[in-house]
Amino acid sequence: MSFPLLTATAVLPAVGAIATAAVPAARRTAAKWLALLVSLATLALAIVVLVRFDPDGDRYQLTESHAWIKAFGVRYELGVDGIAVALVALTALLIPFIILAGWHDADPLETGSRRWRPTQGFFALILAVEAMVIISFEATDVFVFYIFFEAMLIPMYFLIGGFGDRAHEHGEKAAATQRSYAAVKFLLYNLVGGLIMLAAVIGVYVVAGNFSLQEIAQARADGSLHMATSTERWLFLGFFFAFAVKAPLWPLHTWLPNAMGEATAPVAVLITAVVDKVGTFAMLRFCLQLFPEASKWATPVILVLALISIIYGALLAVGQRDIKRLVAYASISHFGFIIMGIFAMTSQGQSGATLYMVNHGISTAALMLVAGFLISRRGSRLIADYGGVQKVAPVLAGTFLIGGLATLSLPGLAPFVSEFLVLVGTFTRYPAIGIIATFGIVLAALYTLVLYQRTMTGPVKAEVAKMPDLRVRELVVVAPLVVLLIFLGVYPKPVTDIVNPAVRQTMSDVHQTDPKPEVEAAK
Amino acid sequence: MSAAAVHSLWTTAADPISKIDAPKIEYGQLSPTLIIVGAAILGVLIEAFVPRRSRYHAQVFVSVVALCAAFAVVVALAADGYGTTKAHIAAMGAIAVDGPSLFLQGTILLAGLVGLFTFAERRLDPEAHGNRVDSFAAQAASVPGSDSEKAAVKAGFTTTEVFPLLMFAVAGMLVFPSANDLLTLFIALEVFSLPLYLLCALARRKRLMSQEAAVKYFLLGAFASAFTLFGIALLYGYAGSVSYATIAQVVDGTVTDVDPALANTMGNDALLLIGGAMVLMGLLFKVGAVPFHMWTPDVYQGAPTPVTGFMAAATKVAAFGALLRLLYVVLPGLRWDWRPVMWAVAIVTMLGGAIVAITQTDIKRLLAYSSIAHAGFILAGVIATSRDGVSSVLFYLAAYSFVTIGAFAVVTLVRDAGGEATHLSRWAGLGRRSPLVAAVFAVFLLAFAGIPLTSGFAGKFAVFKAAAEGGAGPLVVIGVISSAIAAFFYIRVIVLMFFSEPRPEGPTVAVPSPLTMATIGIGVAVTVVLGVAPQYFLDLANQAGVFVR
Repeated sequence: MSFPLLTATAVLPAVGAIATAAVPAARRTAAKWLALLVSLATLALAIVVLVRFDPDGDRYQLTESHAWIKAFGVRYELGVDGIAVALVALTALLIPFIILAGWHDADPLETGSRRWRPTQGFFALILAVEAMVIISFEATDVFVFYIFFEAMLIPMYFLIGGFGDRAHEHGEKAAATQRSYAAVKFLLYNLVGGLIMLAAVIGVYVVAGNFSLQEIAQARADGSLHMATSTERWLFLGFFFAFAVKAPLWPLHTWLPNAMGEATAPVAVLITAVVDKVGTFAMLRFCLQLFPEASKWATPVILVLALISIIYGALLAVGQRDIKRLVAYASISHFGFIIMGIFAMTSQGQSGATLYMVNHGISTAALMLVAGFLISRRGSRLIADYGGVQKVAPVLAGTFLIGGLATLSLPGLAPFVSEFLVLVGTFTRYPAIGIIATFGIVLAALYTLVLYQRTMTGPVKAEVAKMPDLRVRELVVVAPLVVLLIFLGVYPKPVTDIVNPAVRQTMSDVHQTDPKPEVEAAK
Repeated sequence: MSAAAVHSLWTTAADPISKIDAPKIEYGQLSPTLIIVGAAILGVLIEAFVPRRSRYHAQVFVSVVALCAAFAVVVALAADGYGTTKAHIAAMGAIAVDGPSLFLQGTILLAGLVGLFTFAERRLDPEAHGNRVDSFAAQAASVPGSDSEKAAVKAGFTTTEVFPLLMFAVAGMLVFPSANDLLTLFIALEVFSLPLYLLCALARRKRLMSQEAAVKYFLLGAFASAFTLFGIALLYGYAGSVSYATIAQVVDGTVTDVDPALANTMGNDALLLIGGAMVLMGLLFKVGAVPFHMWTPDVYQGAPTPVTGFMAAATKVAAFGALLRLLYVVLPGLRWDWRPVMWAVAIVTMLGGAIVAITQTDIKRLLAYSSIAHAGFILAGVIATSRDGVSSVLFYLAAYSFVTIGAFAVVTLVRDAGGEATHLSRWAGLGRRSPLVAAVFAVFLLAFAGIPLTSGFAGKFAVFKAAAEGGAGPLVVIGVISSAIAAFFYIRVIVLMFFSEPRPEGPTVAVPSPLTMATIGIGVAVTVVLGVAPQYFLDLANQAGVFVR
C-alpha cells in the first residue's frame, strides 16, 4: 500500500492541534512556533500533493479507500480532482499566514493568570479547523464529508466566541456580548443547514444503498440507479440548503457579517477564505454530481439568488461603517459570483468559479489581514475613526490598496481573471443575468475606493498620527499574498491547467455542453 | 398459557404426585438476574447484621462484585450463542433469552455499575461532624429540619440501604425487557419502580423537594401501573392467555380454539385495542414520552442527582426494551393500528421535549426535557418495525445511557454552599474557572446534540436511517428539525460556560473521588469511541436485533 498522502495532509494538522493544546501553559511562544511549523509542514505536504497530481490523469487521484462503518455502508474514501487539489493547496497556503497574523491575538490580557490557556487553544483550534477543512475537500464519501463538514463548526464556534475582536465602539463588555451572539448565530445557522442535510444524506443512503460519490455518480450515469424526479429534487434541496448557508447565499447570509465583524481578523479570514469555500466546493462536487437533473431544474432560482447576493452584498458594503463588516458584505457579493459561475453550467463559468474560490481566498486574506493590522493599531473598527493613514504608514496603506484593488477585480490582479471568466460564462447562456451582475463590479469599485479614501487619504487624524508602519512579521504575512495576487493576475495558467479537466468532467456529469457561439443566428 | 394447557394442568394434578413435571427453570440462563437479586438480599442482610461502620464498604463491595459477575455471565451467554442461534424462551415461557434481552441486560448492568460509582461517592460534600457523607439523607425517616435529623447527621448515619435498593431496581430492569408474558412484565415493572420511588426521596439536601418528587413519581407511577394492569386484564380477556406468543397468535388469527370460560370476549378486537393501548401507555410513561412525560422534570430535578442519572439511563433502556418486545412480538399483527399512534407520539415527544427545554433555567430540568426529546428520537427507530429498527434502538440506548450518567455525574461536581448549583445562571463562566470539567460537560452536550464524531451522532444516524428505510421519511425530517431546536439549548449551556463572565461568588467544582472520576471517564470514553469507531458495537446490536418468538 502506498503512503496515504491525503490522509497525512489532514492528520498532520490534527496531531499538531493536539500537540499545540498540550504545550504547558507557560510556554506560550513555543506553542505558537509549533503551530506555525505544523502549518508549514502541512503546506509542504499539500505541495507534494499538487506535484503528484496529474491534471490529465484519472478523475480522482491519490485515492484511499478503507472500510469504516459497515453498518451504515460508510467507507473512508479520499480522492482529489483538480478542483479539490487547488482548494487543498489554498487552505494549506493560507493557514501559516493566518497563524502568523494572529500571533498576538490570543495573548492573555493580564499576565499571571495561568489557569485558562487561550493561546494554546487558539492555535490548536486553527489547526483543527485546517484538518477538517482539508479532509472535507478530499472526501469522496458523502458520509465522511458530512461528518467533517459538521464537526468543523465546533472549533470554528470557539474561535469566534472565545477569541473575538476586543475593539468595540461600546467597550469591551459590549464586545463580549456581541461576540457570543455572533458565535451562536454562526453555529445555529450552520447547524440547521447541516441537520437538514443530514436528512438528505440519509435519503441518499435509502435510495442508493451506499455513500460513495463515485459509485452513486457512476450508477446514475449508466442508469442503474433510478431516482424519482421529486426524490432527487428534495435531496438536492437538502444538500444545497446546507451549502448555501455555508457559502453563504442570500437570504441565508446574515450570520457572516456578525461572525466576521466580531472575530479577530485572522479568524475572519479563516471563515471567509477557507471554511466558506467548503460550501461552494461542495455544490460543485456533490450537488452537481449526485443530482444533475435537479441541479438543472433549480438553476434559474439559484442564479437569481446569486444575483441578489452580488448586488445586495455590494450595496450593503457601500453603506457599512465598520471595516470588517464591509469586507464581509463584499465577500457575500463575491460568493454570489462564485455560485453564479457554478450554476451557469458553462465551462468558463465553472473554471472561473473555481479560480474565483482560490483568488477570493488570497485577495480577501490580503485585504482583511491588513485591515486587522490597521485596527489593532487604533483599537477601532469604525471607518470614521481613521484618516490620512497613508502619510503615516505608507506601506500599510499601499498593501491595503492592493488588497482593495484585488477585491474590485482590477485587471492585472488575480481576481480579475476569474470574475471575467464567470461573467463570460454566464453571459453566453444567460445574457440578462450576466449584464446585471456586472453592476456588482461597479459597486465593488465604489465600496473599496470609498473605504480607501476615507481611511487612508485626507488630513491625518490626531489618533493615527503616531501609527507605526507594518512590522517585519506583518510584512512577512502580506508580501507573499501581494506577490501571488500579481502573479496569478498576469499568469493564471498554472491554476487553470489543474482545474479545467475537472471542470470538463463535472460539466459532462450534468450533461451540459457549452452553448455554441450564435453569430450567424444573430444576423 | 393456552386454555388447553390450563386444562391439562388441572387434570394432571389429580394424578399421582410422581407424574407432575417439575417446572423446568434454566438457572444458568437466568443467572444474571439471580445474581443481582441475591446481591440485593445479601445487601438487606448486611443492613441488618453488619456493624454500621463497615456497612458502606460491605455494600459497595457486594454490589460491584454482583454487577461485574452478572455482566460476565451475560457476556458468556452471548458468547455461547444465546443471543443468536440458541435464543429461546426460558422459565416456562416467562423469560425470553435472546439478542435484545442480553444486549439490554448488558447495557443495564454497565449503567448500573457506573451509576453505582456515583451512589458511592463520599467526597463531594464537606465532612459533617468528622464523617464522610454521600448524596443521601442521613436518616430517611427523620422529618426534614427536625432535631432527629440533626441527631442522625451528628451520629454519622448514612443510608446504605440505597445499595440493595439499587440492586433490586437493576434486577427488575433486567427482567423487564426480557419478560415474555404480561404478568412477568408487570412484576418486573413493579420490582424496579418501587425502589426507584424510594431512592428519589432520599436526597441529603433539599429534602422537601426530593420527597415531593418521590410522591409525584409514586402517584403518577402507580396510576400508570394501574393502567398497565388493567390493560393486561383486557388482553387476557381477549386472548385467554398472558403469554406473548399466544396473544400474537390470537392477533394473527392462527388460534381458533376458544376457551369456553372466555367465549364471550375472546377475539373481541375492542378488548385488544383498548388493552394494548393501556399496556402501551404504561410503557410510554416509563420512557417519558409526551403526553405521559409530566413527571420527568420534577422527578429529575428533585431526586438525588446520582439517582437521576441512573434512572434516566437505565429506566429508559429497560422500558424501551419492553416496548420493543411488546410491539414486535405481541402486536406485530396490529402494526397498522399502532403505527399511526406511535407516529403521533414520536412527533409530539421530539418537538415537545425540544421546545419546552429551551425555556428551562435549571440544568437538571433541562436534561429532563432533553431526555424526553431523546425518547422521541428513539421512538422513531421503534416505528421502523425492521431488524435495523431494533438494532438502531439498541445502539442508541447504549450510547445514550453513558452520556446521561456522565452528564449527571458532572452536575454533582458543581457545588456551592447549598449543595449542587443546578441553576443555569450559576454555571456562567465555568469554562474559565475549571476548563477541564466544562470541556467534559461540553463533550456530553455535543453528544446529546448529535454532533458528528460523538456517540450521539452515530445513534441518531442509526435510528433516523432505520426510520427512513422503514418509510417514515417525514418523521426523520421532524427529527432533524427538533434536533436543530435541541441543539440550541445545548449550545446555550456551552456559551454560558465558556463565553460568559464568571460570577464572583460562583460555585466551585468539587474534586471527586476516583469513583465519580471513573464514571465520567467511562462516559467520555464511550462517547468518543462510539462516535469515531462505532462499527463493532453496531455489529453487536445488529446481531442482537432479532426477538425470539
